[in-house]
Amino acid sequence: MPSLLVVEQALNGLQFGLMLFLLAAGLTLVFGVMDMINLAHGSLYMVGAFLAAWLVGLTGSFTLGVVGAVALTFAFGMALEAGLLRTLYARDHLSQVLATFALILILNDGTRMVFGNDLPLSAPAALAGPVELLPGLQYPAYRLLILGVGLALAVLLWLLVQKTRLGALVRAGASNRTMATAMGVDIPRLFTLVFGIGAALCAVAGAFLGPLLAVQVGMGENILILAFVVIVIGGIGSIRGALVGAILVGCIDTLGRTGLQHMFRAFLPPQWASAAGPAVASIAVYVFMAVVLAFRPQGLFPARG
Amino acid sequence: MRGAAALAAAGLAAALPWLLAALGLDFYLSLANRILVAAIAATSLNLVLGYGGLVSLGHAAFVGLGGYATGILVSEGVTNGWLHLAATLAVAGLAALVIGAISLRTRGVYFIMITLAFAQMLFYLANSIKGYGGDEGLIIRARSVFALGALALDLKNPTVCYEVALAVLAVTLYALARFVPSRFGRAVLAIRDDDLRAEALGFPTYRLKLVLFVVAGLLAGIAGALGANQQGYVGPNTLHWTQSGTFMVMVILGGVATVWGGVAGAVVLLLLQEVLGAWTEYWAFWTGWVLLAVVLFARRGLVGLFERRGRVAGPPAVDAARPAEQAP
Amino acid sequence: MTAAGAPLLAVRGLVKRFGALVATDRVDLDVRAGEIHALIGPNGAGKTTLVAQLGGQLDSDRGRIVFDGHDVTRMAAHERARRGLARSFQITRLFRSASVHDNVALAVQAVSGSSLRAWRPATRERELQARARSVLDDIGLGARADSAVDALTHGERRALEVGMALAGRPRLVLLDEPMAGLGRDESARMETLVAGLRSHSAVLLIEHDVDVVFRLADRVTVLVGGSVIASGAPDAVRQDRAVIGAYLGEGDER
Repeated sequence: MPSLLVVEQALNGLQFGLMLFLLAAGLTLVFGVMDMINLAHGSLYMVGAFLAAWLVGLTGSFTLGVVGAVALTFAFGMALEAGLLRTLYARDHLSQVLATFALILILNDGTRMVFGNDLPLSAPAALAGPVELLPGLQYPAYRLLILGVGLALAVLLWLLVQKTRLGALVRAGASNRTMATAMGVDIPRLFTLVFGIGAALCAVAGAFLGPLLAVQVGMGENILILAFVVIVIGGIGSIRGALVGAILVGCIDTLGRTGLQHMFRAFLPPQWASAAGPAVASIAVYVFMAVVLAFRPQGLFPARG
Repeated sequence: MRGAAALAAAGLAAALPWLLAALGLDFYLSLANRILVAAIAATSLNLVLGYGGLVSLGHAAFVGLGGYATGILVSEGVTNGWLHLAATLAVAGLAALVIGAISLRTRGVYFIMITLAFAQMLFYLANSIKGYGGDEGLIIRARSVFALGALALDLKNPTVCYEVALAVLAVTLYALARFVPSRFGRAVLAIRDDDLRAEALGFPTYRLKLVLFVVAGLLAGIAGALGANQQGYVGPNTLHWTQSGTFMVMVILGGVATVWGGVAGAVVLLLLQEVLGAWTEYWAFWTGWVLLAVVLFARRGLVGLFERRGRVAGPPAVDAARPAEQAP
Repeated sequence: MTAAGAPLLAVRGLVKRFGALVATDRVDLDVRAGEIHALIGPNGAGKTTLVAQLGGQLDSDRGRIVFDGHDVTRMAAHERARRGLARSFQITRLFRSASVHDNVALAVQAVSGSSLRAWRPATRERELQARARSVLDDIGLGARADSAVDALTHGERRALEVGMALAGRPRLVLLDEPMAGLGRDESARMETLVAGLRSHSAVLLIEHDVDVVFRLADRVTVLVGGSVIASGAPDAVRQDRAVIGAYLGEGDER
C-alpha cells in the first residue's frame, strides 16, 4: 500500500482514537470511581451530537453549536446523575445494566420524538477544504481540527487529573472509595461533577464526529462497545490507559478496515472484500483485547490496587 | 408453581391457537409464537446468568447461530427438520464450548467483555456473508419439516410451530425445575455465591460452569432455530449485543434465578411492546420507563413480587464487575 | 498410600514472592497423620499465605508439596480437597443463599460423587443428608439447621465455617484461626472440637492464642517473616531462644 496512504490512514486512526478517548475517559471514570456500569453512555454521545446539529442549524455557527451542545449535555448529565443514577450506586451491577438499558430506550425514542430520526450536521465551511501536510498528501482541514481538539482535551484531562485537587480526589476515589470517604471527600458532589464531565466529553466527541459519521438515533450503541473495549484494554479507572487504549483501538480499527480491504481485494471478489474488511478489522480489535487480557488481566494501566 | 396449576396452565396454553381462532383473534398467534421463542431464549440465559451468576452479553450469538444454521440449510434445499436440529445443536454447542472454554478462565467485567467480543465477531461475520444475506439478513423460504413415521410436522403451519415451541418450553421448564434442587443445581448456586470456597471444598468449578454454559448455548440455539422458522427470516441483528441486552432485560425483569423468570419477562416485555406499539410509535420510550420502575421498585423481578418472602435468603446480588477475586 | 513413617504432608523448600516481598521463604514443614500441628507467628509472618499455597488457592514459585505420597504442588484446589486435604478460611466464607444445613450438605456433596447429576433432588440422598446432620450436631448447630446464614451469630458462623471444612472427613484439615473473634465459651467449644479431630484427621492449626496452642498441639512450627525459625515439641519451642526473641517476648517463660 502506498506509504502516503498509510500516513493518511494513520492520521485517521489517531483522530478516531482521540474521539474514542473522550468517550472512554468518561466511561472509565464512572466505572472506576463510582463502580457503575452505564450502558447509556453512548446515548449521551448521541444526545450531544443531536444538540450540536440542532444548535448549528439554529445559529448557523459551528462553534456556537458545539459549545452550546457541550454545555447543555454537561448540565443534562449532572441532572441525570443527581436525579436517577445516584440511586443505582448501591445496587448490584445487574440492576445497573437493566436501568441503564432502559435509559437507552428512553433516550433513543425521546430523541426521535424531539428531533426525528436524524439531523444533518456538516463541518464548518471554512474547514471544508484539504490542507497539504506533506508533498502529495492532502488531508481534510476538518479532521486536523478534530486532531487538535482531541489532543488539547487529552492534555487538559491529564492536567486535571494529575495536577488539580479535583483530579486528586478522582484518583483517590478510583483506587479506594472507602479511604476517600474517610478522608472527608464530599462523595455525592464529586460524583455528580465527574458524571457531568463525562457527559460533556461525550458531547464533544458526538459533535465533532457528527459530520463524519452521520447524526442518527442509535449511533451510540456501536461506539459504546468500542469504548468498553478501550477501557478494558487500558485498565478500568485509568485515564492514561483510556488514552493509550483508545489510540491503539482507533488505529487498529481504521488501518484494519482499509488495509485489509486492500489486501483482500487482491484475491477476493470485490463485494466480499469490501464486506470482509470491516468484519476482520472489528475482529482484530477484539483479538487484540483478548491478547492484552491474556498477559495483563487487569488491563495495561490498572488504577485499582 | 404447584403441579396441578402448572398442568392447567399448560393445557390452556396448548389450546390457545384454537381459542384465538374462536375469538377471531388469530393474528395474535404470531405474537404468541414470538413470545414462546423469546421465553425459551430468556430461560436459557437465566440458566447462565441467574443461576450461574455469569453475566454474558453475548448470549444472542447462540440464538443467531441456531437461526442461521436452519436458514443456511434451507437455502441449500434441505428442509428435513431433524437435520436442522442436528446442525443447530452442533453449531451452537461447538460455539458455546469454544467461547465458554476461553471466557470462563476470566472473571467479572472481563468475562462480560470477552463474551461480548466473541458475539460481536459473529455479528460482523454474519454481516459479511454476502452469499447468505449479508447485512440485510437471510429470508427463509421454506420451513423445517419433522418426519415422525407417517406424521409430518411442517413448521410452516403457525399452529404446528406454536405447539412445537410450547412443547420445547414445557420440557425446558420441567428440566429446569428438576435441575434447581439437584446436585448440579445446588453446586451451581454455591459456585455463584462463592466460587473460591466451592472450589476449596472440592467442586470442579470450571468444569461445572462450562457444562452449564454449553447447555444454555444449546437451548438458545434451539430457540433460534424455532425463531427462524417462525419469522421466516434471520439477520445479523439477531446476534447483536443489544439483542443480548434485551434477553437480559427479560431475565432480570421476570426474575433472576427463578424457573418462570424467563417466561414472565418475555411475556411482559413483548406484550408491552405490542400494546404500546398499537397506541404509539414510541413504544420503546414507555417500555423504558416501565423497566426503570421495575428496577427501582421490584428488586427481585416480577416473579419475586409473587413469591412469598420468608424463605431462606434469595439469590445474592450478582456482582458483574469485580476484578479478580481476592485469594486466600 | 503413604509409606510407613512418612509424614502425611511434606512441604519442601516452598517459596512465594509478591514482587520484592518474599512471603514464603524456603519453608519446610511436616504434618503426621493423627497429629495436631500448630503454626504460629506474628502478624504478617505469612501464615495465611502458606496455608493458601497448601490449599491450592495460591501458586507457589518454587518448592514441593507432597500429600499422602502424591506431589500436589501444581494440583487444583478441588482435586486436593477430593484427595482429603481440606481447609477453612480466616475470614468466614459461607454460601449465603443456602440454609445452614445445606451449606454443610454442599460440603459433603463436594467430595462424594459427581455433581453433574441434574435430575434427582439432593434432599433425597439419605446418606448425604444424614452426614450433614451429623456434622451439624458435632459443631453444635443442630438447632439452627434451617436458619439462613445471615441470621447466625459470629460464633455460629465460625463454627459453620469449620464444620464445612470437616464435613468431608478430610485426612488433613488446614484450620486458619478458627477461634478468631469467638467469646470464651465458644472458644472452649471449638478447642474441644479440634482436640477431638485427632482420631480421624491430622490438623495444621494457625492460631494466635499461645495458651491454646500449647494445650492442643503435638508439635509447633514458628513462622517469622516467611521463614521457619523453629519447629518441634511445644516445650522445646517455648524455650527456644530465637522464638522468644522474635515472638514470645523477652523473658516470657510460661
